[in-house]
Amino acid sequence: MSSEILLEGKSLVKYFPHGSKGIFGKSDGFVQAVDGVNLVLRKGQTLGIVGESGCGKSTLARVLTRLIEPTSGNIILDGRDITKVSGKELQSLRRDIQMIFQDPFSSLNPRHSVGEIIASPMRIQNIVPKGNEKLRVQELMELVGLNPEHYNRYPHEFSGGQRQRIGIARALALNPKVIVADEPVSALDVSIQAQILNLLEQLQHDLGLSYVFIAHDLSVVRHIADEVAVMYLGKVVEIARPEVLYSAPAHPYTKALLSAVPSATPRASHMHSRIVLQGDVPSPINPPVGCRFAARCWKAQDICVAQEPALGSQSFTSQPEEGLVACHFPENSN
Amino acid sequence: MSNTDLATREPQVFGAVESKSPGRLAWERFRRDRVAVIASFVVLFFVCIALLAPLVCKALGINPLTLDRKALNDYGLPNGPFGAISRKHLLGVEPGTGRDILARLIYGARVSLLVGFVSTLLTTVIGVVLGIVAGYRRGKIDAIISRFTDLTLAFPSLLLIIALTRPFTQRLESFGVPEGNPARLTYIVLVLSLFGWVYVARIVRGQTLALREREFVEAARASGAGHWHMVFKELLPNIWAPIIVIVSLSLPGYVAVESTLSFLGVGLLPPDASWGVMLGDSVKYYRADPAYLFVPGVALIVLVLAFNVMGDGLRDALDPKSDRQQLG
Repeated sequence: MSSEILLEGKSLVKYFPHGSKGIFGKSDGFVQAVDGVNLVLRKGQTLGIVGESGCGKSTLARVLTRLIEPTSGNIILDGRDITKVSGKELQSLRRDIQMIFQDPFSSLNPRHSVGEIIASPMRIQNIVPKGNEKLRVQELMELVGLNPEHYNRYPHEFSGGQRQRIGIARALALNPKVIVADEPVSALDVSIQAQILNLLEQLQHDLGLSYVFIAHDLSVVRHIADEVAVMYLGKVVEIARPEVLYSAPAHPYTKALLSAVPSATPRASHMHSRIVLQGDVPSPINPPVGCRFAARCWKAQDICVAQEPALGSQSFTSQPEEGLVACHFPENSN
Repeated sequence: MSNTDLATREPQVFGAVESKSPGRLAWERFRRDRVAVIASFVVLFFVCIALLAPLVCKALGINPLTLDRKALNDYGLPNGPFGAISRKHLLGVEPGTGRDILARLIYGARVSLLVGFVSTLLTTVIGVVLGIVAGYRRGKIDAIISRFTDLTLAFPSLLLIIALTRPFTQRLESFGVPEGNPARLTYIVLVLSLFGWVYVARIVRGQTLALREREFVEAARASGAGHWHMVFKELLPNIWAPIIVIVSLSLPGYVAVESTLSFLGVGLLPPDASWGVMLGDSVKYYRADPAYLFVPGVALIVLVLAFNVMGDGLRDALDPKSDRQQLG
């Protein structure tokens, strides 16, 4: 469990300016998409991040891959602070962190053949000699379970699952250390989801990859993650190993999320009733002062509205087995 | 590399089907559109005639400037029915001068198409560059270009074109552009381009704005792609389709505007021929010699219609939504 830390996010914050912005206009307020998130990804492991739509998961993914500049906080890769890296250094840094995207229909350029798509990171980075390019691309296609003979085909000739495999091959092209997968299976049919998840696990096993795996579906993350972080409105509210998280969720929000997962055995679902949350997620433009979940929480008391609970009592890097929760009245405390 | 086990392998669904690029598919769709194909042949015909005008006229033994008084009667009108159509003058002669109408029509096509092509080229280049820059860079640059676009659109362009003809052609002549019709044509092309690029820029900007949010653009950025790669490899290949459609639809517009301007007396000056000049001239004789009005009018309608039909066909072929094969 205590393998080396590969990627670390330290109090990451991303505020987007909100409102009119012209030549003269000034923005009036900020969308607090990610607000003080701490994360640790260990070598060869998978960090799952779950949360409902709009909780800042995708923003976090893009901050970690340096596609979006964080407002504050630090990203540390392999012991090196990469938050402010730019120019040539950033260009070569891109080799270490790659991304798999959510929508396999918009993540592949429709005008490029599969071969060009998979080769393009290598061309951009200038790392594969011309002659070997085709060989390397076909090797990658083989690796992700595509027919290498389909090298010259175009994305529109493939199904969603196959397109996602192309996206995975592209992410692998540069031999990255970390792959950030932003809901890689949520756009796919359930039967295809399992195939892609198996493929990702297989690749992790074979190539020693580390994943940051983002999903809005708890059951998807359960299979693949070594550690799961639950996000709500730009903050991590609970982080724990899946065995702990799924059997004994500490945060009321996690509990509510878990209770919403449909059960395969209808009789079992009678045993724990479903928790239906009242109201909507508060606006990230003006989030609540105290606990962000307080307004919808059935256990909320005065302190929840007044004071924001910190995540756990200790730094979660020291004792990752226990799991951490940001709640004044966690579920399993007596 | 280790083998991926069978469970993770996608079943192979393709046999020996030939792979087709999106461009190839569009071309095949276009070829199936009979009307559009005929229209493009008409366009091609006009272009060839215009390019080969001297040869064609020589072969037919006609000249746009030769006066043929014998074809006119005592009142200066064509000596015969339908503008004095004869073996010598296949489309009749011009009243007053007896110049061959077919020859003038052929040479007129040159002027119309030249103005059309050059204006379209200039507007497209300016529009695409500014549109992509605005859409891709966004922020302040976009705001400045967009306000400039609005400003240009707000100008009463036709009025300005007519009002500024004299000072600007004189200016051009002082810059060394040959006096007379070359200067006037240059003026028309420049001024049409000055006002025309905005339509291209707006469409290209919109397309770019939509495209840059697509995940493949992010994927390229995640691989470390620079601006050149973004614009030329990721964005441009995806906006060729709308650009081609704008070109094919705006070209007939410029042909018509050139005719309008010549008709209004801003364009070409006699004795050189252009369809607009011929139309303007023929109005004087529309009672005595309706055939003279008829010929350039029909030519203009046919060319503009052919361009439009071809443009519609191109749009249908290039718009993936119109392709039922790709659905499902």
